[in-house]
Amino acid sequence: MSGSILSQGFLPQVAFIIVVGLTFCGAIIAVFHRNILYNVLGLALALAGVAALYVFLGSLFIGLMQLLIYVGAICIAMVFAIMLSRPVHLPKPKRKISKIATGVFAGLLILGVNIGVIYKTAWQPAAERKIDWSVKTIGDFLLTKYVLVFEVISLVLLVAMLGAIIISRFNGRVSS
Amino acid sequence: MEHILSNELGRLIVGLIVVLIFSQLNALFLVWLERKVAGHIQLRIGPKEVGPYGLLQTIVDGLKLVGKELITPKRADRILFIIAPVLVFVPVLVPFIVLPFSKSLPLNDMNVGLLVIFSFSTINVLAILIGGWGSNNKYALLGAIRSVAQNIAYEIPLLLSVLSVVLMTKTLQMSKIVQAQGSYWFFLIQPIAALTYFICATAETNRAPFDIPEAESELVAGFHTEFSGMRFGLFFLAEYTNVFVVCAVATTLFLGGWQGPFGFSLGIPGIIWFLAKTYLLVFVIMWFRWTFPRLRFDQLISFSWKVLIPLALANLIITAGVIKLI
Repeated sequence: MSGSILSQGFLPQVAFIIVVGLTFCGAIIAVFHRNILYNVLGLALALAGVAALYVFLGSLFIGLMQLLIYVGAICIAMVFAIMLSRPVHLPKPKRKISKIATGVFAGLLILGVNIGVIYKTAWQPAAERKIDWSVKTIGDFLLTKYVLVFEVISLVLLVAMLGAIIISRFNGRVSS
Repeated sequence: MEHILSNELGRLIVGLIVVLIFSQLNALFLVWLERKVAGHIQLRIGPKEVGPYGLLQTIVDGLKLVGKELITPKRADRILFIIAPVLVFVPVLVPFIVLPFSKSLPLNDMNVGLLVIFSFSTINVLAILIGGWGSNNKYALLGAIRSVAQNIAYEIPLLLSVLSVVLMTKTLQMSKIVQAQGSYWFFLIQPIAALTYFICATAETNRAPFDIPEAESELVAGFHTEFSGMRFGLFFLAEYTNVFVVCAVATTLFLGGWQGPFGFSLGIPGIIWFLAKTYLLVFVIMWFRWTFPRLRFDQLISFSWKVLIPLALANLIITAGVIKLI
């Protein structure tokens, strides 16, 4: 399958560098650009890049799921919310120091955890690893070893739903 | 030739060229077909001047489109305006990698084939949105917003109806789904899923009666109002290629792909069966367009959320139950 193209020669190296570059570009646009629609599109680019990285890691399935869920569903839902918000051509509000500080703090925290995890993992060369990332294996893992994580992630959806309900209830009262 | 095709990269490159040519020819043919179908439904005869039966009419139209000036509106967002037509066209080519035209002809018969098609089809929406927003025109923006709302609403029942087939075959691989329909086609035992899929596919491709993102009478031309020349041409090509793709997927999932009815191939090669069934479905979609009036926006959205999604969910649950019990 795709594994044989991706695992040999000069071409995959170049492709990998391009993918990583695009992911970083997307992430930078997502954080620093002052036009909110560009932010979302940057995020979509970064997430699509991550999907490509999953393909490099040998799981086409996860890559496609990433594309379907994050680019296809979440980014589009975000854009939809933006379309209903403040017009982009109005003067932009100044960035608040407190907001920047919270953002930087949250980012650093996640970065720290990630670095910690990278150091603690006992890395193995690709040849010694088992590369069985079939849909069945992933399904088994999600419902046995990682069932708690799986359930906690689903809490995010609950929070999003509650948020939507609260916004729609209170907004109606304020505007009318 | 033999040795190019045995090499995977070579096969992909040859396949890509074939797909590019095919998608152009297909779009040209479908535009011609649409005008003919429209004509005959309205008691006209459609294009007839250029070539036999007017067959060369769309080629001439295409050449005219290529020759036209590319106009970028002054206040438009330059980058997004240029990216949008490209981004709308590229993802619709991806499904051709996995579409099983015949037993040996899928370019790359991946075990996640069905997922490839649906994960790339969502990028289309993002592109429409970029185009509509980037052209800085209120009609284009309204069209884009409608398109997103519609796509969010119809993507869910679409995937649910596809899932009931996946549950039955226990695979996402296109060729295996086709092989599972050796003795009977799935639309016989999954009529609700087939119907839901077809309705949603019509909506996903923004075809009438679900064409409110580009409703002429309200929104000029919707999200591609400001696009001229071949940029508009790319939107057009993407739409017709997309129609072909959703019909080809419907053929694969519900109409037995390259196989004849009840396992009788009647000596006709698989690719002919596949294309015949796909173009039959394309014809039905065109028939819809010239028969049904356009829906209102709220009717469209509530039809999806209140009728199609519960229906598709119920169908999925029943399918799962029946599979476990039998």
